Amino acid sequence: MAGEKAPEKKPGEKKPAKKKAGEKKPAEQKPSQKAAGDKKKRVKKYHASRNPVLARGIGRYSRSAMYARKALYKRKYTAPETKIEKKKKEMPRATITKPVGGDKNGGSRVVKIRKMPRYYPTEDVPRKLLSHGKKPFCEHKRRLRASITPGTVLILLTGRHRGKRVVFLKQLDTGLLLVTGPLAVNRVPLRRAHQKFVIATSTKVDLTGVKIPKHLTDSYFKKKRLRKPKHQEGEIFDTEKEKYELTEQRKVDQKAVDSQILARIKKVPQLRGYLRSTFSLSNGVYPHKLVF
Amino acid sequence: VFKRFVEIGRVAFISFGPHAGKLVAIVDVIDQNRALVDGPCSGVRRQAMPFKCMQLTDFVLKFPHSARQKCVRLAWEKENINEKWSATRWAKKIEAREKKAKMTDFDRYKVMKAKKMRNRIIKHEMKKLQRMAAKKGKKPGKPVKAPKGKKPEKAPKAKKPEKAPAPKAQKAQK
Repeated sequence: MAGEKAPEKKPGEKKPAKKKAGEKKPAEQKPSQKAAGDKKKRVKKYHASRNPVLARGIGRYSRSAMYARKALYKRKYTAPETKIEKKKKEMPRATITKPVGGDKNGGSRVVKIRKMPRYYPTEDVPRKLLSHGKKPFCEHKRRLRASITPGTVLILLTGRHRGKRVVFLKQLDTGLLLVTGPLAVNRVPLRRAHQKFVIATSTKVDLTGVKIPKHLTDSYFKKKRLRKPKHQEGEIFDTEKEKYELTEQRKVDQKAVDSQILARIKKVPQLRGYLRSTFSLSNGVYPHKLVF
Repeated sequence: VFKRFVEIGRVAFISFGPHAGKLVAIVDVIDQNRALVDGPCSGVRRQAMPFKCMQLTDFVLKFPHSARQKCVRLAWEKENINEKWSATRWAKKIEAREKKAKMTDFDRYKVMKAKKMRNRIIKHEMKKLQRMAAKKGKKPGKPVKAPKGKKPEKAPKAKKPEKAPAPKAQKAQK
């Protein structure tokens, strides 16, 4: 009981420092006097405790009597609505109406967007220990060998264009190298190549001022996979695109890049023939002895 | 049988070791295996060196045994050994070998093209001469074999950049 009375007093006196000890002032505050004086600083005068102390920790009036004495029935404060709360009022949609086909079905259904789980496992998944430094692929650091700079002639070692000499354009976000033949020279289109499967020669084409279109990213070059077998049986393998189809956009992009590069290749004597030739090893030729 | 001897003043080429590739003059013989050696104009300090790593050249300098470095240098510069050395075939072969090792992929391509063109020209001329010889052979008389001529070397040389003729020339020598 004694414990209860003590917190009861505290709401009455907001700032004990401001309270005038012992004095019993009238219940009304005196805003009028102060308001005339300073409007900027409304010094809040707090009333002294309306609950006289009988003994330490024991007040004269009960909790309900105090409610009445403090006129809390009149005082209902709410915090001002902040901007965040105003924004927060936009509750996310819980359901959505979707059209439904079929005859005599009623045109639509109301579907919950976030559904309850359909299965609760009997055992909880144990909490994993913290690990560090395990980044997803998109956050990996991409490195590029110092010998590979824009304009370097590279020798492709794998893939259907193995042995061909090719001009390096730039490194893409996944770390693969964007490379072009040019197409008119050795039938290598704008293509991606892996850094590890490439020999960088010391021959460089000057690519200053060559603008490579911004839309040539990894997603542009990524292989497309169809994933919609409508029927479970029956030729799932046919629907997947095995044959690569040339699109008009590829042709346009190829032309845009190659026209710039071909002009520069023509300036260096014999470079065109060099790019047309393929690399090969023969007897007595050792890669570790060769200077590229 | 032996034309080059170990003597005081013999210029030797160091084939291996820390001073590989440099020229040096034999100043004195220490014992059966070592010589006191000095290369003032080739950056070799005066030191003992085993004979095994030395290869004798054709040049001999004139100075007394155990002559000091200044004398060796004077003799060396008087004979102009550095220039004489770079004019020898030996030195040229070494230089060509170095250039070949430093060839980049592009250079190798250019050399290949140059050689191909050169051989084509030579073959063309050869065939021409053979045909002429075959014609003349019907008539009594010796078929005239004209010399190969320096023509094929010059035509590709004019086109090629500097490096290509050098390895090509050394290939001709080989």
